[in-house]
Amino acid sequence: MPEAAAATDTRILTAAEAILEATDQALAADPTVFVMGEGAADPKGIFGTTAGLVDRWGPDRVMEMPLSENAFTGVAIGAALMGRRPIVIHQRVEFCLLALEQLFGTAAKAHYVSNGRHKVPLTVRLVVGRGWGQGPQHGQSLENLFAAVPGLKVALPADPVDAKGMLLAAVADDNPVVIIEHRWVHYVSGPVPAGPVATDLTGPKTLRRGDDVTVVAASYMAAEALRAAAARANAGVSVDLIDLRLARPLNLEPILESVQRTGRLLTVDLGHKTLGLGAEIVAGVTERAFGALRAAPVRLGTPDHPVPSSRSLAEAFYARADHIATAAGTLAGLPAERVAAVAEALIAERREVPFDVPHPAFKGPF
Amino acid sequence: MTAANPDLDPRLRPLYVAMLRLRLIEEAIAERYAGQDMRCPVHLSVGQEAAAVGACAPLRPDDRILSTHRCHGHYLAKGGDLTAMLGEIHGRASGCCGGRGGSMHLFDDDAGVMASVPIVGSSIPLAVGAALAFKQAGDDRVAVAFLGDGSLEEGVAHESLNLAAVQGLPVIFFVENNLYSVYTPLAQRQPDRPLTAIGAAHGLPTAQVDGNAVLAVADAMETAVDRARRGKGPTMIVADTYRWREHCGPNYDNDLGYRTEAEFLSWRDRCPVETTAQTLHAAGQLDDDAILRLTIREEIDAAFTAALAAPLPDPATAGAHVHA
Ligand SMILES: Cc1ncc(C[n+]2csc(CCOP(=O)(O)OP(=O)(O)O)c2C)c(N)n1
Ligand SMILES: [Mg+2]
Repeated sequence: MPEAAAATDTRILTAAEAILEATDQALAADPTVFVMGEGAADPKGIFGTTAGLVDRWGPDRVMEMPLSENAFTGVAIGAALMGRRPIVIHQRVEFCLLALEQLFGTAAKAHYVSNGRHKVPLTVRLVVGRGWGQGPQHGQSLENLFAAVPGLKVALPADPVDAKGMLLAAVADDNPVVIIEHRWVHYVSGPVPAGPVATDLTGPKTLRRGDDVTVVAASYMAAEALRAAAARANAGVSVDLIDLRLARPLNLEPILESVQRTGRLLTVDLGHKTLGLGAEIVAGVTERAFGALRAAPVRLGTPDHPVPSSRSLAEAFYARADHIATAAGTLAGLPAERVAAVAEALIAERREVPFDVPHPAFKGPF
Repeated sequence: MTAANPDLDPRLRPLYVAMLRLRLIEEAIAERYAGQDMRCPVHLSVGQEAAAVGACAPLRPDDRILSTHRCHGHYLAKGGDLTAMLGEIHGRASGCCGGRGGSMHLFDDDAGVMASVPIVGSSIPLAVGAALAFKQAGDDRVAVAFLGDGSLEEGVAHESLNLAAVQGLPVIFFVENNLYSVYTPLAQRQPDRPLTAIGAAHGLPTAQVDGNAVLAVADAMETAVDRARRGKGPTMIVADTYRWREHCGPNYDNDLGYRTEAEFLSWRDRCPVETTAQTLHAAGQLDDDAILRLTIREEIDAAFTAALAAPLPDPATAGAHVHA
């Protein structure tokens, strides 16, 4: 098949399949690309996202790692400084916390402190856990923590196109790029170009056009917001839905442009609402488009406590489509009965699926 | 009936009962997991009973242990409450964490199970810290860090060994070498040298034991505990053993191909529970095995019934206890 045709051919893939394909194509395109991770070369291949790659590319390019997150993240940074292009994978965001000094101290600052000479073309994939009672230490997303550090780029793919495209873009980028990859986004499916098509690392994209309320969400929350926006539309509220995509650089322009039209802003954080990305977005919009706001902005996000294991304690933890629809409808000034009717319809849609699993067939444990 | 052998170590029978109980509890969890009411990951320790039971044998209730993601065995061997454990795994208010933690966060202050930490290696310095507190308080308690072969790859393990050694703290690093971290064999993660060499490099006395031989484990532990209580500092013990079931979950997973069925069978032949039962039988000290099993099963059934009957925690309390 000619290259051009291959690049535009699309198939329906899950995000996990898209990540696997992107990694395979990155390994094929550039001999300096290699993968490091605990489980990268094991039979499960990091939720399937590296499955089979070691057979194809060998153990020197798909490297199984000891339980040494701090070391191998730093080792990857060292190799990147020498011009290699490592893809480091941590199966939970929490496991990368052991390596924060390397990432924040060295990777993020090497270009700056070398007066622009040193480059760290490093990709770090961090998986956010959710559901099945995995509890307080396997479910943090912490995108705000990573986004707080100048010198890093922080991407949050919400769909298979970006799961593939942002990974390819990250590998090609000369900066350290952290990809916050939500475990439940792995199951989201959609059309993906067959070729090695990178998507940009510059800013948000609009998922739905609307004039009444601007909703900004990232990663799995964009998928929830999409369901909410569709339901809201039926109730006569048109949502301008923006998938944030990048927490750093934080490009507010499309959000400002949207708020100029809608006058109403709702943000939905993947992580904690307090000190979350929504706080930064609301602050930026208020600073720069105060006059356009017709109502006080509203933020959703996880509450100020760790995610508990028990299903009864965890049920209210995450913002869901019905919460988002309720917040958007209320913000748009819809009467309470119509707000409630949409929320009820959204709850009914998912009634058959327990809230602590990503899809009906899921039987645990991770 | 065989004549009872008076020469048999009197510790063996109670240690056997403790191992059998542990085995039957873990098997019961595995059997019932498909019921979908235990909605949290479980890391079972079937096959590793002698390590947990032997290591806890010389400990007093006021000594402290720290455990990992694979904490059921340690928790139970140290005397942790079974009903509170099953309550936790079922996400109930009656659970040891009130449902906040799940299977990987078990603790029981009364029994001396200080905490279980599911981030590999992160429990190790906590044990050193407990030992520091004991030394500062001037008492003779000891702390034990349970750790897996994989956790020795974490920097914090080495830093903790060094700190404990240089401060002469009453802590025992008890390593269960089950040869795997998830699906990755030890040889793919560490160079070919005994794990005890790591302790020795940090100036610790070390011992390597057959982790499926409960008396050998208990003996090694007794020496280490005695040393720690006398203010002579830390010890590292490496117990060789094997996890029978999958890394996480109720099933067997040898079909994945990361280890051979033959390797699994060779370890199963050296089942810590079964081999001990044989010794006891031969000595005429286990004629009541069937009754023992029945009694334990009754205890387990009652604990499951209690766990299932307990209410789920009140959702309104989810935000409580963030701060003291
Ligand atoms: C810091 C960190 N990295 C990775 C993991 C994922 N993980 C959980 S258990 C485990 C294997 C640990 O192996 P070992 O210490 O030998 O204990 P075992 O499971 O064999 O009992 C891994 C990699 C984790 N929980 N924490
Ligand atoms: Mg192990």
